[in-house]
Formats: sequence, structure tokens, C-alpha cells
Amino acid sequence: MNIHEYQAKKLLAQYGVPVPRGGIAHSATGAIYQANELGGDKWILKTQIHSGARGKAGGVKLCKSSKEISQFCDKFLGNNLVTNQTGPEGKMVSSIYVEEASVILKELYFSILLDRTSQKVTLVVSTEGGMDIEQVAEEMPEKIAKIRIDPSVGMQPFQVRQLVFNLGLPNEAVDSASRAVMKCYRAFRDTDANLLEINPLALVSGNKVLALDAKMSFDANALYRRPEIFELNDKTQQDTREIHAAEHDLNYVGLDGNIGCLINGAGLAMATMDMIQHAGGKPANFLDIGGGASAQRVATSIELVLSDDNVEAILVNIFAGINRCDWVAQGIVDLLNKRDVDVPLVVRLSGTNVEKGQKILKDSGKKIITAETLSDAAQKVVVEWKKSKGKSG
Amino acid sequence: MSIFIDEKTPVLIQGITGRMGSFHAQEMIDYGTNVVAGVTPGKGGATHLGRPVFNTVKDAVASTGAEACIIFVPPAYAADGIMEAIEGGIKYCVSITDGIPTHDMIRVKRYLFQHAKPENRMILTGPNCAGTISPGKSMLGIMPGHIYKKGNVGLIGRSGTLGYEAASQMKELGIGISTSVGIGGDPINGSSFVEILKHFEQDDETEAVLIIGEIGGPQEAEAAEYYQKHMSKPMAAYIAGLTAPPGRLMGHAGAIVSSSGESASEKVEILQDAGVIVSPTPSDMGITMAKLLKV
Repeated sequence: MNIHEYQAKKLLAQYGVPVPRGGIAHSATGAIYQANELGGDKWILKTQIHSGARGKAGGVKLCKSSKEISQFCDKFLGNNLVTNQTGPEGKMVSSIYVEEASVILKELYFSILLDRTSQKVTLVVSTEGGMDIEQVAEEMPEKIAKIRIDPSVGMQPFQVRQLVFNLGLPNEAVDSASRAVMKCYRAFRDTDANLLEINPLALVSGNKVLALDAKMSFDANALYRRPEIFELNDKTQQDTREIHAAEHDLNYVGLDGNIGCLINGAGLAMATMDMIQHAGGKPANFLDIGGGASAQRVATSIELVLSDDNVEAILVNIFAGINRCDWVAQGIVDLLNKRDVDVPLVVRLSGTNVEKGQKILKDSGKKIITAETLSDAAQKVVVEWKKSKGKSG
Repeated sequence: MSIFIDEKTPVLIQGITGRMGSFHAQEMIDYGTNVVAGVTPGKGGATHLGRPVFNTVKDAVASTGAEACIIFVPPAYAADGIMEAIEGGIKYCVSITDGIPTHDMIRVKRYLFQHAKPENRMILTGPNCAGTISPGKSMLGIMPGHIYKKGNVGLIGRSGTLGYEAASQMKELGIGISTSVGIGGDPINGSSFVEILKHFEQDDETEAVLIIGEIGGPQEAEAAEYYQKHMSKPMAAYIAGLTAPPGRLMGHAGAIVSSSGESASEKVEILQDAGVIVSPTPSDMGITMAKLLKV
């Protein structure tokens, strides 16, 4: 689960990490009020969406007057901001963070993440702040330093020194940087985070460091024990179909093709999407209905797939282990008895109770195209999709 | 020989009295798995499905000599269950549970590696997997046992149902499996492809290996390197997720492309460069193995 920058900064500040002063606004009037509260004569205004690269997309601006603040807010609030990470639709800006402007002496990079190679929490720093870290890793790997944390004893002070002395800071600033690193680690550890990225971490006057940006994301599997983090979830940043799917405990990812699919198991779902593409079609979504799917759950899933207007054909691919093919077949038939589905529906069932399932489909008298194998299913759905398109237009 | 489990391996089921645990315990018993005990804290002394139930893994191991265990404990308590298995002297453990917090799994891995010598360490596969099966001998999982034919291919996969797809394609072509090991879809898992490959390389009954990977993480690239440097047996692979968009989580907690080298196309290239035969589509996994085995 991702949170907004202003939420991450508030959270980090609670752990004692130095962040600039700032306030959140939902209107131009609110933003001007926040600027007046902060005082001074320049402010950074930052659109709050779940994406990086907001600056490059124009969503961050240094403003020097109420008029500039007003103009910035009018331009972005209520509209979608498109960055190179959001996809073409962009994401809704419903709040703007107003921050005091800082005089930056040096920009650094700092992150804490889960390193999948060592399978340990890893801290990463670089002297090249403000840049994309993947690019630094590729072009100047010597400018990156890492430490890995032994989970049985936690982070040790010598490790922090090892990191911070790599940053080329004046000796007087090492203490401030070390404290910031330690506090960030505590925040990461105590909230079940899986990413904390501060880019840039700035050296400012007085030999202090300041987190000018903050990105945090959290382990969805641990939210049950972090209610205070769960509350930070902003549903306006998610696809409405994905929210709907999550309410039914389904895994759905919207894509831009025309063939809707419904599969059990994440790996088989990805493989089926690949197979559709191989057969000459494009998948409209990823949908894993999981194990032990009842007839009701199958019907809900098909409704969900159909709620995407781009869907022009549907492929159901079930390899039942914990699932039962007869439950899945019943779910399909129940739905077809309840409503018309005017796009071709191809169903491939395999595994537990497959004969029972196929009989239910056949006896229903409904227009269901059945397939034996994965490749057969993918080919049939693409052929039917092309046929139906030919007819309609 | 098969790896990890055979018809003699005494098996313990953690969470045997729960709904999931009960159902799959019966399936495993019916398959022929040598289930000797169950553990449910607070229900020690009871008998369930004709097997004695113990309060702790330690008690169960002491009384029954259980060597392998399977865990059906809810996610909030599963890490604790795995650590109890380690401490209780279990040698091979499968964790079925999906949704264990990542920070918990990091601690589990550290606890696994407390013993310096690999031969003293418990082998953990999963979590978030369908389990392990040595066809015709023993099933330690939730898979439909009948789709696996006994034979000489070692199968390792991150996805359960995609593993079923591979097993049934192979059965259709008359190709059998020595052992199929699900390593699970989580970012932090008990064993990687490489750790299982080491066992298949040593196993007399295994002639060739099929690995089924997907987007996210470094494990397929590590397997490619291991194959090139250390394996004498032929290996094929399939990688799911060519159409998966970057930066999006595709169902499995570990199925996300978050850095370079983690996309399906990059993994395919890395494996091919190492000399691994890669199945072009998921429906060619069986045929690819047939070609590799020249059957």
C-alpha cells in the first residue's frame, strides 16, 4: 500500500526525522492560508498523487505570491496529473502540500528497502541525490553504498557510520545525518514498510539534513496489525475496478486490451494473458479468483470483468486443485441465468471435478464455448473476439 | 529416489484440526502420505482423522519421529509455526499459508540459518505455495495428486496452478515427475530455485529439470548461473508475465517488476544465454520437456 508524500513526512516526523515545515490544502484558499501560516516569501507547492516524477510533470512549483499559489492550485486541483509512472490517464490531484522553501547545499539519496537477493532489509545511500537511483547504479555504481541489516540484532551504530561517511558530508553534519538514518530505520521497522525513499535528502545550513521528499509503501499482508497505516489509504489513487475487486478479496489489475480473463492462481493468470497475446489478442485485465472459489465468487468475478467497457470477449481458465470445476461452472450458469452477456464467453476447465463441471455447462443450454487445453482456449477466444467484431462493425 | 519426501517419510500437520488442515490432511492420507501426527495448541491428547494430536511440534516429534511437516496456520501465526518446526527438529517443512508479513519471513530466514552447517538446517519451501509431491509416493500439499505421473523430471515452480498445468501437459505426453516442489510466490521464500536445483542435481531418479518462474526478483537469473556453472542435467524453463505491466503487483506478493533484470523478457534472455531451453508459451511446457528428453 502506498501513501502520499505529506503523510509519509508526518509519519517520519513522529519518529524524529527532520522534515521541512508544511501544511496540506484542498483548495487555493487553503493553500494561501497554509503559506501565511508558514510565513516567509517563497513556498514549494507539491501535488499529492501516488507517483514519483511529479516534478518533471510540472506538479511541483516554487511560488512567490498568493497569485502564483492560486494559479497553481486552480491548474491542478480536481484534475489528473500524468507522470511517466502513472500511465496515460494519470492520477487525481485532490490535495496540494505547501512547504517552506529550503536553501539546499547538497542533495543526497537515501532509501531503505527489502533486498530480494540477500533477503534482508537494506539501506542505500548515494551522493547523487535528486537523480533516479537505477540510473546512478548503472552509470556510477561507485557512488552507491549499501548496508544489510541482520534481523536478529537490528541495525548497529557502526553500520550507520559506514553509510554516512560515504556521503562526503562535513564532519559537523555527520551527526545529524546519522540520527536521521537511525530514525528512518525505526520508522521502517515499526510500520512493516517495504520501501522508504528520501530523494533528495538535503544538506542545509547549520550542518543539518532535511528530508525534502519522502516515499513510503507498506506490506499489505501486515496491515492487519498496523491500523494507523491502513487509515492512510487513499482510494482516489486506485482504479475503481481494483477497489471493487479488493472489496471481494479478488486480485484484479486493469490493462488496456479487449479480452477479459478470469483465472485461478497468479502464475496461471499471467501465463494465460501471455497466451492470449501469443494467439493475437490483448488481455483487458489480470484477475486471480484464488482458491476455493464458490459459484457466487465466480459470478461476481465475471461481473467485475464485464464492468470494463473495453471487454469484447471473455476467457475463463480454471485449473482446479482446491477449487471445484462444478462450482465454477455453476457460477457461470447462474450469472447467465441472471443477466445477458453479449460478448463471446470461452471456458476451459481442468482438474478436480472437471466432468461434472463440463456437464453443468453443456446442460445449461447457454451459449458457452468450451475448450480443452490452454492453447485451444486462447485461440478460440481470439477467433470469437475477431468474429464478433466483424459482425458488429 | 525422489527428493525431500517419499512413501516412508513420517509427516506432521500443523493446524490439522482446522477446516483447511482437516480437508487436505484427509487428501494426503488418501494419497498415501505417511501422516503420523497433527499439532494444534490446546488440543493435545485428542485424535483427529485417526492421528494423534499434540500441543507442540517438539512433543509430536518426540512421540512419533515426524521428519517432515506441512503448515496450514493463518498468516499472523505462520512464521511462529515455521520457527517452532525448526526448533522441533523437523528436516523438511512446507508452508502453504499465503499472506505472511514480509518482516516476519525475514526473521524466519535468519532463524533457519542459525545452524552453520547446511546439513543441520531445516529445508523450508513456500510460503504461499501448493506444496511438494513425489508422485506415487507422498504428497505434502494441496495439489490434485492424480495429475502427476511418476517419472524422472524434477519440477520447481513459483506458481501452484501453473505447476499443475505443466504436470498435466507432461502426463498427457507420457512424461513423469520425480518430485515437484512449489517454492511459492512471496518475495522472501524459504528456498530459491537454486537451493532446490542442488537437490535435483544429486538425485539419481531425476534426469532433467523444469523450472517455472515469473516476473519479479532475482531467483531465475541465479538459477541460470547455477545451471551454467554446476549442473550436469538438462534444464528447461518457462517464465510467466510477458504481458505484465512494470511496477504493478500481479497477484503474488513477489510478482512485481521493480528493477532491471526482473521482467519476463529479460529473464528469458538470461536463461537462454546460460543454455537453458525456454518454452515459448505456457502451453508448450510439456512439448519442450519431451524435446529435451528426446521422447
